[in-house]
Amino acid sequence: MAATFHGVGATVAALSSSSSPSNSFGSKKLLSSPSRSFSVRKRASFTVVRSDGSVNFDLNSKGRRAQQLIANAVATKADSSPASSSSKPGHELLLFEALREGLEEEMERDPCVCVMGEDVGHYGGSYKVTKGLATKFGDLRVLDTPIAENSFTGMGIGAAMTGLRPVVEGMNMGFLLLAFNQISNNCGMLHYTSGGQFTIPIVIRGPGGVGRQLGAEHSQRLESYFQSIPGIQMVACSTPYNAKGLMKAAIRSENPVILFEHVLLYNLKERIPDEDYICNLEEAEMVRPGEHVTILTYSRMRYHVMQAAKTLVNKGYDPEVIDIRSLKPFDLYTIGNSVKKTHRVLIVEECMRTGGIGASLTAAITENFNDYLDAPVMCLSSQDVPTPYAGTLEEWTVVQPAQIVTAVEQLCQ
Amino acid sequence: MALSHLAASASRSSSLLKPLSSALSLRRSISGDNSPLTVETSVPFTSHQCEAPSRSVETNPKELLTFFRDMALMRRMEIAADSLYKAKLIRGFCHLYDGQEAVAVGMEAAITKKDCIITAYRDHCTFVSRGGTLLEVFAELMGRQAGCSKGKGGSMHFYKKDSNFYGGHGIVGAQVPLGCGLAFAQKYSKDETVTFALYGDGAANQGQLFEALNISALWDLPAILVCENNHYGMGTAEWRAAKSPAYYKRGDYVPGLKVDGMDALAVKQACKFAKEHALKNGPIILEMDTYRYHGHSMSDPGSTYRTRDEISGVRQERDPIERIRKLILSHDLATEKELKDVEKEVRKEVDDAIAQAKESPMPEPSELFTNVYAKGLGVESFGADRKEVAFLREAMHDYSFLQMEKSFYALSFIAQRSHSSVGTAHPVLIYPGLYWEDSFSTKKEEACA
Repeated sequence: MAATFHGVGATVAALSSSSSPSNSFGSKKLLSSPSRSFSVRKRASFTVVRSDGSVNFDLNSKGRRAQQLIANAVATKADSSPASSSSKPGHELLLFEALREGLEEEMERDPCVCVMGEDVGHYGGSYKVTKGLATKFGDLRVLDTPIAENSFTGMGIGAAMTGLRPVVEGMNMGFLLLAFNQISNNCGMLHYTSGGQFTIPIVIRGPGGVGRQLGAEHSQRLESYFQSIPGIQMVACSTPYNAKGLMKAAIRSENPVILFEHVLLYNLKERIPDEDYICNLEEAEMVRPGEHVTILTYSRMRYHVMQAAKTLVNKGYDPEVIDIRSLKPFDLYTIGNSVKKTHRVLIVEECMRTGGIGASLTAAITENFNDYLDAPVMCLSSQDVPTPYAGTLEEWTVVQPAQIVTAVEQLCQ
Repeated sequence: MALSHLAASASRSSSLLKPLSSALSLRRSISGDNSPLTVETSVPFTSHQCEAPSRSVETNPKELLTFFRDMALMRRMEIAADSLYKAKLIRGFCHLYDGQEAVAVGMEAAITKKDCIITAYRDHCTFVSRGGTLLEVFAELMGRQAGCSKGKGGSMHFYKKDSNFYGGHGIVGAQVPLGCGLAFAQKYSKDETVTFALYGDGAANQGQLFEALNISALWDLPAILVCENNHYGMGTAEWRAAKSPAYYKRGDYVPGLKVDGMDALAVKQACKFAKEHALKNGPIILEMDTYRYHGHSMSDPGSTYRTRDEISGVRQERDPIERIRKLILSHDLATEKELKDVEKEVRKEVDDAIAQAKESPMPEPSELFTNVYAKGLGVESFGADRKEVAFLREAMHDYSFLQMEKSFYALSFIAQRSHSSVGTAHPVLIYPGLYWEDSFSTKKEEACA
């Protein structure tokens, strides 16, 4: 079943420009840029968030390029470096558009890829990730399901058993708790209990994490609940570059992959390459190489860490920031090399303190690299409380940059 | 006991058969011929929102004899599994299908191997009817390598991909959404095949069933939901668990058919009808009125919630094998002695398979980590140090005599050992998810260097 048409990178230029890029961190209002061609770029009128000073073109993102300080981790003035000139290749888009691009390219490439979820078809997706796909690919490939997570996740798994590659969207990750049985027992274990007869090449994705006053039930971090399930892979994206790459890699993978997105990161903007690329599902990303301390983080906390890094640099510290990206399995190779270099580890995560990703990562690092550690592993996580509605309280449940700075200072004494 | 009407041609051909059958030697395998035979089902079908199919079923002597043989094989297999369980060769859960064989056999006669079947944990006989061998069954039940899932699944996880048998599921009702997903894939690929998703009367009260039914009806999927109603959901009778035990009507807008599940021919007719219906009009529910002689599983005696009289009553009046036997004898398709010979043959087959299965070895310790993941994108993360994990895996092969439950202690022992012997290399405890099948063979040279 060969794909009948080949996705060309240039078609990406036809991005929807209906949404004005609003950065959720920014306190400054942004002007929407009408022109989307990459030859013209207005400077200093909108904010750019990048993972690094330059764009990653190679899969191996261990980052041995020139050490440019990440001055703009979150919404600040656009950096004045000449790197933001108009002659850069690639195209700029928001994270949800990057996800859509990845999904669209994979759907063009392989007719077995289909999307299932609530409001993904005609509505275009509650976060616009699947906008336009239903009109392009039809109702049989972009399926609007009723509100029945347990059964449509089960159906996606059943379809995957025959060789289809469904991408199941949970409108919010928290709703996937209703499908936990299907994800744990059928998705994760079928490859094993059938003795290898069936593979389940399904992708389960959706936004999770603490948003802006969404309430307790809609601010859940499910990576901690799913991490024990044997047989699944979990990845968390944090930038448009790795969102597209991980989405494509997840779809191509023969294993069931859960792709964790974050509600607040959908409007991040970045310049990504035009050509086809994927990100390795099991690799961590070196965000900022350093010498003094290794900070491990993922998803939204990456931006809090980078903001803290700015302060830390001013104070004279040199943190090494790694976005672990792969939540299951951990990339202990990259992490290990970093620990061997810096001898101090700080984990910053949005999961709960009890039984979260940080807890497992702390255990893994302590078991494997105990001899290299000069200080115990420190883990900053969210408080073990249901996320409150009130804005101030909600702020205190997640880790803030100031806490990260304090933790690093404590660790580096 | 007159059970059926004979077509005129059949009686003529059967009388012709009679002298032939006695003339030929006893060693002749009873294969029968394909001359058509019309038999009436024991009871008419009851339908909901559709037209019931006719009571007259087309069959032929060969098919009837095949039914007899297959059901006798399944019955023998389940009884043998009972003895093996009591001998502690089969552990854990063992759910036996004896009494319900007609459903598996009748269904298989109506469909092809391209149609999909998915069922719950009472799957031994369905697996056999889909083409599984007795060796695979007994080896899997005893947890041996020759099992259909390499010994890693157990009684509740029989699968046969090449004949589209999708298992084998332990959680009640969870297989029905999977079944509707299979139907979705069939519609997606335009296969003109259907999926039979089997579940029990206990599972009929699961919410995910109705969710899946709704979606199947909405998207016109070729899904056939088959409720094997043996009137007891584990230890609770159906009247105590379901307000409305008319499971075939529960689809509301989805048509349903109630079938006598102890009559293999009725099952065959219903499944044929359902397949035609599903390909044209979308989902349909079949309720098979059947009965299990054993308890829910081997740990359930089966007599605390029902009387022994009831069980023996059903066995006398409605047993599927007896019904086919009477049919064969009354049509003179075979003599009683020949049928007894078939049963003896089948018994021997089962015994041979058990003996062969007992010889199959237990899985290797390294099998613990295979098939957790399928091979990835070609880049694997090996843990702290690629060399060390490769070394560890090699060391595991040296320790292959270790038993499964001891392997974790052994691994930590190996880890300590590696620390002392490999200098500055760091001991690595197996971190879940880092094992990839066959990924370390290339790294062996590195480790040995």
